Amino acid sequence: MKNVILHILKRIGASVVTVFVISLIIFIGVELLPGDVADTVLGQSATPETVEAFRKELKLDLPPHIRYVAWLKNFVQGDFGNSLANKRPVAELISWRFSNTLFLAATTALIAVPLAILLGILAAFYRNTLYDKVISTTTLSFISFPEFFVAYILIALFSVKMELFPSIAMIDPHMGLGRKFYTILLPALTLTCVVTAHMMRQTRAAIINVLASAYIEMAEIKGIRRLRIIIHHAFPNSLSPVINVVAVNLAYLVVGVVIVEVVFVYPGLGQLLVDSVAKRDLPVVQASGLIFSITYIGLNLLADVLSMLSNPKLRQSQF
Amino acid sequence: MSQLSHLTDLFKENKISRRQFIAQVSALGLAAAVSPALLPTDLLAATPKMGGLFRQAMTGGATSDSLDPATLLASFPINVSCQLSNCLVEIDHKFQPVPELAESWESSKTADKWTFKLRKGVEFHNGKTLTAKDVVFSINHHRGEESKSAAKPFLKSITDIKTDGDYEITFELANGSADFPFIMGDYHLRIYPEGTTGDDWEKGIGTGPFILESWEPGVRAMTKRNPNYFKPNKPYFAEVETLAITDVNARSNGLKTGRLDAIDRADVKTVHLLKRVPDINVTAINSTMHYSFPILVDKQPYTDVDVRTALKLVCDREEMVKTILNGYGDMGNDHPISSVNRYHASELPQRTYDPDKAKFHMKKAGMLDHTFNLHASDAAFSGAVDAAMLYQETAKKAGIKIKVVREPSDGYWNNVWTKKPWSACYWSGRPTEDMMFSVAYAAGAPWNDTHWSNDKFNKLLKEARAELDQAKRRQMYVEMQSLVRDDGGAVIPMFNQIVEAHNNKLAHGPISAHMEMDGHKNTERWWYEG
Repeated sequence: MKNVILHILKRIGASVVTVFVISLIIFIGVELLPGDVADTVLGQSATPETVEAFRKELKLDLPPHIRYVAWLKNFVQGDFGNSLANKRPVAELISWRFSNTLFLAATTALIAVPLAILLGILAAFYRNTLYDKVISTTTLSFISFPEFFVAYILIALFSVKMELFPSIAMIDPHMGLGRKFYTILLPALTLTCVVTAHMMRQTRAAIINVLASAYIEMAEIKGIRRLRIIIHHAFPNSLSPVINVVAVNLAYLVVGVVIVEVVFVYPGLGQLLVDSVAKRDLPVVQASGLIFSITYIGLNLLADVLSMLSNPKLRQSQF
Repeated sequence: MSQLSHLTDLFKENKISRRQFIAQVSALGLAAAVSPALLPTDLLAATPKMGGLFRQAMTGGATSDSLDPATLLASFPINVSCQLSNCLVEIDHKFQPVPELAESWESSKTADKWTFKLRKGVEFHNGKTLTAKDVVFSINHHRGEESKSAAKPFLKSITDIKTDGDYEITFELANGSADFPFIMGDYHLRIYPEGTTGDDWEKGIGTGPFILESWEPGVRAMTKRNPNYFKPNKPYFAEVETLAITDVNARSNGLKTGRLDAIDRADVKTVHLLKRVPDINVTAINSTMHYSFPILVDKQPYTDVDVRTALKLVCDREEMVKTILNGYGDMGNDHPISSVNRYHASELPQRTYDPDKAKFHMKKAGMLDHTFNLHASDAAFSGAVDAAMLYQETAKKAGIKIKVVREPSDGYWNNVWTKKPWSACYWSGRPTEDMMFSVAYAAGAPWNDTHWSNDKFNKLLKEARAELDQAKRRQMYVEMQSLVRDDGGAVIPMFNQIVEAHNNKLAHGPISAHMEMDGHKNTERWWYEG
């Protein structure tokens, strides 16, 4: 257990450095984009005079490195700053949107992960049969359609034709949990269609890989039933790659769902990030960019730890 | 009497409308015999029903929106702002200024001094009584060095604002301006309590028909009826939910599934399908909004009027209205004054597609071999790139070479529009000729996107602004439209209609063409039919 903890600590140390570098990259990236927040907020109605007044108000006339250091100083002290465009505290803008994003990601994961693993195990079990091919083809076709297409098909079917679920997944804090689930079912299903194939294929491949090992052959010779072999012997040993692909997909569910957010009018973090980049609203871009990178780093760390714990060889090894 | 009972049955079963019922009953001369339970509401049809939650969705919301009236730019925040506060003047559906927070106004003979009498007893949502001080504060918010307001240029001519007591404000102008009340009706110039600053703007404490309950920029605004509103009986809805929905399909789906009651900017490509849905009404009204291709007339080779004329002549307006607007619009005549404006020059002949004449002009300019770069992006208007491609094709027939340069949407207004010699642009238009011309066609105007400077035009603009005689003014504006049309740098192929859709349970008077969503006053002008 000791080396696991040591490993975690090392990784966290590296993550802090990564996050810092990312913040620098984001800052430089936004600086490189043409125009600034004063230009974009005023848009077509901008005049040199009003843009100048706006810039002064936001201290955008200061050189970039001074602005970056000022931002970093506040950030380290836990102050995310205020949005440049509407002066609201960034923490207030982000917090409820991030929890919405997490809620949608968690709901999707709740449906997609068990479904994908189950389908993967079954596909491995019925390898090369018609069932396997049907599952693979179906999930792969879903992943091949653009997300918005799947979303519109689901809306057309379940919302417009059958009138079962709402097409606008706007949730608010006053809703009960059940009502919230009902409201976001269609976006969750859309995302399920998108992420299932990847996880399912990985589960299937990992199990089939393990099935080729000698100890599985031994188990077969002993006369254990195939399904039992897969569930008790093959699946636990193929967990490591499965956990990794699940982590990557979960991270995707948190950071990459802006199209689904737009189609279903779901108030998540993705839309905020897109708007803020378009408006060059640096504090908001920085904060959401960092949240996204921390999500990726954190989930990858979690996946590493879990696959270490799931694998006795890694659990014991020194590194 | 059997006919009457038959009609009554039909009406009760909703097989005929109230209007039909009344018409039939009156035709029978039976009105007096009708049960009073059926009639009173009909006779009072002019009195709208109160109550209900009105749910609308519109485009133009961003998480960076602010309710600070100086930065209002797009539909969603404008509409929310119009629910919360008022201007001194309201512009009605006939494009006439009518009293809002100002009870009345009068000008000096030369129209360079305007006195507004403020309505008494109007209260802000926080209970504070509206006085002249609030008006001065609110107007000054858009003036001066520090101001970042888009309304700043309109107010440049104000030299002084004076108050006389709590209810009288006098504006002194550098030059006469007959349309000054219109300026006070501009949607930026909203009246808020004196001293509103910073975060306070987001609280939306105005005098408006609705009180802000929650406001999440780029997402949603919830408002509830202001029981203390100064307009009698208004507003009719008890609550309003305003959603920012950028995706046009999401808006139409929301309307179709009954989640929404009204949406703006219906997709003209699919609106015929929306029309087929039984309980949805689609409205399409002519407006001042227009698409243009401004040419910088001070850049070579566009300095030659023959080049500009040739380019104007190879624009197939009919085809553009048909394919880009799907018929929901009118042909433009290369000047920005719409047929709904007061002094629209209907007597000017419509410019039509004429490749031969275009070739003649281009040859005269000696530019037949030149390739004209047209910079376009869908940020300018939806379909701008398609329109530019169409332009390129129709020009080919006259032997004129146009090359469409696709520009990124991001940063289009800063880097392309008014920077490249020829680009695509969108104008929402202005309620008056003077505002439209002053903002985009007068020499030195901040948004003069053609750099056009015509002495005769500029002289006329000043004269017409101070002219109080309607007939003389019309004459001047007609001449100016003709100057812009023939000498100016803007190719204006089309005026688009405001195409919106709503639930047929909603009732409304004549819809204004001044801005979208019934001049963004839909929340106080509309109501639910019983």
